[in-house]
Amino acid sequence: MSTPQRITLTNSGDVTVVTFNDSKIIDDQSIQELGQELAALVEGDDRDKIVLNFAAVEFLSSAALGKLISFEKKSRSKKVKLILTNIRPEIYEVFAITKLTKLFTIKDDEADALAIL
Amino acid sequence: MSAEWDWTAETEIPSKLGAHLPFLEEVLSRMESLGWGGRDLFGVQMTLEETLTNAIRHGNHSDASKLVRAACKVNGERFWLSVEDEGEGFCRDDVADCTADENVGAFGGRGMALIDAYMADVSFNDRGNRITVTTHRGYRPPVDDAD
Repeated sequence: MSTPQRITLTNSGDVTVVTFNDSKIIDDQSIQELGQELAALVEGDDRDKIVLNFAAVEFLSSAALGKLISFEKKSRSKKVKLILTNIRPEIYEVFAITKLTKLFTIKDDEADALAIL
Repeated sequence: MSAEWDWTAETEIPSKLGAHLPFLEEVLSRMESLGWGGRDLFGVQMTLEETLTNAIRHGNHSDASKLVRAACKVNGERFWLSVEDEGEGFCRDDVADCTADENVGAFGGRGMALIDAYMADVSFNDRGNRITVTTHRGYRPPVDDAD
């Protein structure tokens, strides 16, 4: 797999921690690339725990939410445990308005997520 | 009731993805200079993003020969926006409610839910190809985050 452009990966034990390279996830091409790069994470069988750290994300559109939903479906089908963390209040409100707080497991920070993975 | 607007703008945007961003950035910049910020400006940014991309993508099907017409009026307290596309029109009843339990993981409908949440008033013309929204500083949507 080529080096991702939209996300950065680090490992914490057997957990893959994903951070976002863009503070505003609105550009259509970037959103498409983000969707592809997230999907690639669960195409193999080498990951079963993933944390998405949103600390860098200041804005995201509904199109970006669509990619996150696709990723959640792919992760679930592969039995990959997925947790979202470090979501700033404005972005959390976007998840709350669209009821995605019911779809995703969300924790305050990486430490909280790692503690239950 | 009339409002005293500090800044108004009208523009025509070709229906190419991303073509709306200069107008969006200009509106946000003007509003910032009028004292808007934080959560209020975030909601306006979301509304601009979703209304304009809906018009480009769904109304005009990203056909660059078709235009999106946008008009905006702002002052230190109020925001008004109208966005019109050349499409056949949009019927709200045809869009699934993404906040219903059975649709939470479904695709689509979230842009409209966000506009509804951030704007104090949302209306469409009869044809359904023009959306008009207004809000004011400090407006907060009634968020139901109950499980």
